[in-house]
Amino acid sequence: MKTVNKQQIIPTTSARTLTFNIFRHNPSDPSSTPRMQHYQLAETDTMTLFIALNDIRENQDPSLAFDYVCRAGICGSCAMLVNGKPSLTCRTLTKDLPDVINLHPLPGFALIADLSVDTGQWMQGMSERLETWIHNQHLAEIDLSQVEEKMDPQKARDIYELERCIECGCCVAACATAQMNDNFIGAVGINQIARFELDPRDERSAKDFYQLIGSEDGVFGCMTLLGCDDMCPKDLPLAQQIAFMRRKMATR
Amino acid sequence: MKTIYTDALVIGGGLAGLRTAIGIKRQGFDVIILSLVPPKRSHSAAAQGGMQASLAHSVKGDGDNEDVHFADTIKGSDWGADQQVARMFVNTAPKAIRELASWGVPWNRVEAGEHEVVIDGKNVVLNEPDSHHGLITARNFGGTKKWRTCYVSDGTGHSMLYSVSNQALAEKITIHQRMEAICLIHEHNRCIGAIVRDLKSGELVSYISKATCIATGGFGRIYRTSTNAIINEGIGAAIALETGVAELGNMEAIQFHPTAIFPAGILVTEGCRGDGGLLLDADLHRFMPDYEPDKKELASRDVVARWMEVHIRKGKGVKSRYGDHLWLDIRLLGEEHINTSLREVKEICQYFLGIDPVKELIPVRPAQHYSMGGIRTTPDGQSSTLSGLFAAGEAACWDMHGFNRLGGNSVAETVVAGMIVGEKMAEFLHSDAADINISTGTAQKFYDATASRLNSFYNPEHHESAFAIMKEMQEIMSSDVGIFRHKDTLTDALAKLTTLYQRSKRIKVQSKAPGTNPELTTAYRVQMMLKLALCTTKGALQREESRGAHFREDFPNRNDEDWLSRTLATWPNEAQQQPDLHYEALDIMKMELPPGWRGYGAKDHLDHADTAKRQAQVDAVLQNDGLDRFEKQQQLMPYLHLLPEEFQAKNDRVKFKQQK
Ligand SMILES: Cc1cc2nc3c(=O)[nH]c(=O)nc-3n(C[C@H](O)[C@H](O)[C@H](O)COP(=O)(O)OP(=O)(O)OC[C@H]3O[C@@H](n4cnc5c(N)ncnc54)[C@H](O)[C@@H]3O)c2cc1C
Ligand code: FES
Repeated sequence: MKTVNKQQIIPTTSARTLTFNIFRHNPSDPSSTPRMQHYQLAETDTMTLFIALNDIRENQDPSLAFDYVCRAGICGSCAMLVNGKPSLTCRTLTKDLPDVINLHPLPGFALIADLSVDTGQWMQGMSERLETWIHNQHLAEIDLSQVEEKMDPQKARDIYELERCIECGCCVAACATAQMNDNFIGAVGINQIARFELDPRDERSAKDFYQLIGSEDGVFGCMTLLGCDDMCPKDLPLAQQIAFMRRKMATR
Repeated sequence: MKTIYTDALVIGGGLAGLRTAIGIKRQGFDVIILSLVPPKRSHSAAAQGGMQASLAHSVKGDGDNEDVHFADTIKGSDWGADQQVARMFVNTAPKAIRELASWGVPWNRVEAGEHEVVIDGKNVVLNEPDSHHGLITARNFGGTKKWRTCYVSDGTGHSMLYSVSNQALAEKITIHQRMEAICLIHEHNRCIGAIVRDLKSGELVSYISKATCIATGGFGRIYRTSTNAIINEGIGAAIALETGVAELGNMEAIQFHPTAIFPAGILVTEGCRGDGGLLLDADLHRFMPDYEPDKKELASRDVVARWMEVHIRKGKGVKSRYGDHLWLDIRLLGEEHINTSLREVKEICQYFLGIDPVKELIPVRPAQHYSMGGIRTTPDGQSSTLSGLFAAGEAACWDMHGFNRLGGNSVAETVVAGMIVGEKMAEFLHSDAADINISTGTAQKFYDATASRLNSFYNPEHHESAFAIMKEMQEIMSSDVGIFRHKDTLTDALAKLTTLYQRSKRIKVQSKAPGTNPELTTAYRVQMMLKLALCTTKGALQREESRGAHFREDFPNRNDEDWLSRTLATWPNEAQQQPDLHYEALDIMKMELPPGWRGYGAKDHLDHADTAKRQAQVDAVLQNDGLDRFEKQQQLMPYLHLLPEEFQAKNDRVKFKQQK
């Protein structure tokens, strides 16, 4: 009865030559100026942009800078603009792209070089500003040998749903407000607050949260264009969370 | 020379490094964390499956406790682990889970009432009591007697790493991102920090510290096909080796995970099989029961991976243009379960294979997954040969995994080791041993040596390509030092790697641009990685037995008589081409659980003369009805004195009423 779907046999044909137009600039090098550089590459089966960029670096241009860590769509290191669209490039298959592929670094973050940007410092700054950790006065008193406090199973799942964010920066890159206001915390920040607001272990009050995000740099800066929601590679319910936090903050 | 001073330097911002740093900071010391990447992007984030701790709060965990967890871990290790360390670990793991819960990890919880689950291919109904509703639950993983793996849907490592990272920020710990330690500073067998390369500017900086901890994770990238992140290149282990003083333990003990998607090597979690998924061959036959009638798909990883390869060798693999593979079938778990508890698996299948695992089979084949070996330490986490150097997590050979680690025991180890080693480092910092009496010229000497090493790659007479050497090394390791090992191929691999190492001394870097320079980075890393590859290969060649994940076709039995020992590798002289190896015997007369059969895998091991003697002693204690389980344990193998006081307490559990 069990049959193997034909499509599951990995396809064997592929003959495209891909053209990559890649943004190049190394701010550490005084002689470098921003420019687009072109490369050609023969496409192979199941080729991802991760595979393609490494191939270019190893065989055509050893100086090309980009970031990959997990190469499995988990860690959030590899977001770039792929033909203008913020994407996790380790899991972008070239077969889903046209013959010409334009790659730019993610806007809204400090450029390190070429396709590498400093999302990490930005995200750490956001975390420090919003204090994205459990605030609980009794933390130090918890006796770790005692049975853990109970939690509603559904609540735990709901918290995880918001915690799935991998801080890749796609929502910031897709956000008009973030591109105009450097202090805007972005959908990523608002979602973080929604996550801690939901968590019964966090003792912060609505007022505490209001102080963190109740401004033009927070929920009220959002113009509800919702590029973030469309671009989130983890399909987080960002529009819903922003609307929810806005209502919550406005009715305070 | 730019110099930064700190009490403690923690190299690595994964789970192990972060938790270690928190412990040190709480004792009032300054600590700086270095990381190649933002800590939240460390490879710990990739752990989808779960974390073992014997909370025993779900029905299938009923009766679980530290003793059961301990026995599973030792059998899993094929008796290669340090039993005292394993005891410290199992007693601290429940505390670690609870600490993480208080820091925000949304562990999945027990839900009272009936649930349908898949066990051994059949649907079974479990009934959880009301009294346990809301406590932390657990799932099944390979090589365990009880369901003990606590989890957060499909993102355990992610949630753990984010919570611990956030906690580190809450405690105002200094984090230096995109900084790579590439040399340790040391003199007279005392480590005092590291020379570090700024991966953004290319600048070298020296960090002087009274205590240094390496928590840099595994070194899977010496292999071509690995589930590890791109950054798991083992530079932390390599800089320890390059001191010539610190030792690396059991570098030949490399784990291969049964279910990496084929051919990309990306992992799909053991949770797939734990939750009831099956392995099928080209004829869609479920073959694991043929080899392991008892544990089937859920024997330990080394055993399952080996049988899969045996089955492929018998011609039962599915043919593809990239080679043969097998199938993982999770369709029977149903759409809802896959979409919630195994969503990451679904995404990986979608994005990297273009298939839907709810309806289709997943092509899998074993791939390199975990490094049991690493920097050899005492139970305190300190190197026994290089004072002031500590190690924790996958980078360390503390040694609780021996020759095979159980799924779910690694993220548990990272946090537990962090809790213990952090305290021990603080203790060290409080002691006289922390004083540094090293001449100021020492740091300069290491700084200059590092700078000249980097310069050597611009020697006009050099011509080798760093990328090409990396590829060749990975090919050799995957084809000759993999799941099946043999004297002939290992000898050949050792010779080839030695030549490759010599060639790596003549690498030429083309790109001279300042700042981040990926080619230069590859150049110095591959030279260091080759040293690790040589340790692994030489260790595998010399170990003429099979134990855990180390399998020799020409010596298929475990041999306790000659090989119940830990391999220790050093590289005392930079001019030598291969590591020196020596061995540390494991003393059966001190073991709580003397060697025996694991309950799965091969039965025909060669016993050591002490085994029967020790077993008789152990049996006598176990049969003494006047003692409770804690007293028996203490008589057999005292270990509590090794734990910081705050982690010594017994772990409380909510008991199940009806049974026994
Ligand atoms: C795909 C996958 C799934 C897994 N799933 C599970 C699971 O379900 N359960 C389980 O128990 N285990 C699992 N494991 C194993 C487990 O995730 C790892 O062993 C564990 O997370 C390692 O943690 P760590 O802190 O030791 O190292 P890592 O998390 O790897 O962190 C290493 C850190 O060191 C830094 N670093 C490295 N080198 C340097 C240097 N030279 N200088 C400065 N910084 C450096 C890195 O930037 C990083 O921050 C899995 C592993 C993989 C590969
Ligand atoms: S490299 Fe980790 S998400 Fe792409």
